Amino acid sequence: MNTLLFQHWQTFSLTLARLAGNPIATLLNVMVIGVALTLPLGGYMLLQNLGDVTRQVTGNPQISLFLAPSAGKAEIAALEARLKRMLGERAVRFISREQALEGLKRSEQLADVIAALQSNPLPDAFVLETGGSAAEISRLESELRALPNVTHVQLDSEWLSRLESLLALGRTAVSILVALLAFGLAAVTFNTIRLQILTQKDEIEVSQLIGATDVFVRRPFFYLGLVLGVFGAMVALAIVYLCMLILNRSILEVAQQYGSDFRLGFFGLADCLAVLVFAAMLGWLGAYMSVSRHLGVIEPR
Amino acid sequence: MISFSQVCKRYRGGHEALAELSFSVEPGELVFITGRSGAGKSTLLKLIPAIERPTSGTVLVNGQNVGSMRRPAVPYLRRNLGFVFQDQKLLYDRSAFANVMLPLAFTGHAHKDAARRARAALDKVGLLAREKANPITLSGGEQQRLCIARAVVNRPNILLADEPTANLDTDSAAEVMQMFRSFNQVGVTVLIATHDETLVQGLNPRLLTLKLGRLVP
Repeated sequence: MNTLLFQHWQTFSLTLARLAGNPIATLLNVMVIGVALTLPLGGYMLLQNLGDVTRQVTGNPQISLFLAPSAGKAEIAALEARLKRMLGERAVRFISREQALEGLKRSEQLADVIAALQSNPLPDAFVLETGGSAAEISRLESELRALPNVTHVQLDSEWLSRLESLLALGRTAVSILVALLAFGLAAVTFNTIRLQILTQKDEIEVSQLIGATDVFVRRPFFYLGLVLGVFGAMVALAIVYLCMLILNRSILEVAQQYGSDFRLGFFGLADCLAVLVFAAMLGWLGAYMSVSRHLGVIEPR
Repeated sequence: MISFSQVCKRYRGGHEALAELSFSVEPGELVFITGRSGAGKSTLLKLIPAIERPTSGTVLVNGQNVGSMRRPAVPYLRRNLGFVFQDQKLLYDRSAFANVMLPLAFTGHAHKDAARRARAALDKVGLLAREKANPITLSGGEQQRLCIARAVVNRPNILLADEPTANLDTDSAAEVMQMFRSFNQVGVTVLIATHDETLVQGLNPRLLTLKLGRLVP
């Protein structure tokens, strides 16, 4: 076990030493992977920030429930009890048609119009405080429509669901980008490892002739792919972070004019780690494909 | 220790390198395989570490049937054999010392232990003073000796050498031959393929002479 760990450590440090021994090639390879990863990563960061903003704005969208004029006092009371059971005591506020009229009278522009009316045209209404995702709210909305004596359900934040679907579109776009660039990353490592195998052709051949197992011969290339992936991801994270700093300067100026202190936030530690692990896996995958494809070719004769 | 029975090797394209070859080598023997170029000497040697596989017949090494050995088992067979290649196969991107260290990298020796063994092997072939030199800067004889050091660093019980004196002057060749003899004297079974019959003179070893892939009786 110790021997195996030692061999792994030896291979790992040899891989790093090889990369350090050829700094320009290493830098270019890492930059290619890094830049390729920057695009989806940056898109993901922007989406995450937009998602945060909408969550703050959505907070508690209100739903207005207008009742039929024919609804009597008992029916209204029953409905109120039912709504309170559905949504909780505090989320339901009843506004009678008289209260609504009083409210309108208080606004100056409408006072004359109201005074000219002979009867109160306003319906009784409930104002409901809700929460949850766009999907949950639209489910609630259709439930409310089905209630008796309800003539109209007004969601005061329909634009939010539109934003939500725009965000979903953005997420789909980023997913496609991630898939494409994941393939790109694997392809870049594939090719890098191919060149490395050709460079070390002699060493591989001699090693196999004097008793190296396939596992031993392949191991350094897996490490190389892994390390390239991780370095590439680090570069991508650094580029995205720099872009965020630059963007935040302009964003802050705009935001201040709207009295907001909004700014872009960076990934959390867990997200950063996930990116590194993802890139490491892709690098490994590229190396695996390359090694399977190319090592068989140098079978010693 | 090594036993060939009715071994035939036909390369793709139909060229028959060896035919009906049967012989065996006992532990501790020193055997010369002679014959002209193309007689099948290299092929014979390559069958032993499973670099080539026989078309028919069996090759036994240390009791194992090498001809039908599965690929994953082959490296472990090779670790018990030392092979001095005709084209040497030294690595010119590293020092002489690192070349000798190579076989120890995958046998799991701790670095200190491996370094000690590598220096012992270099010492045996008289190259300890040149351990830092790149093989390309070594003379032909020194390169051949480096190759021998790499072959014996794992302390194999069988040593195979394919034309080890091909490009050497008489003195260097004699040195190299002396080395093989001294390994043989400490119990290593040694098989040497050579076209140069003058090497054999005065040694009076066992000779296997090949002609067109067959043993000359």
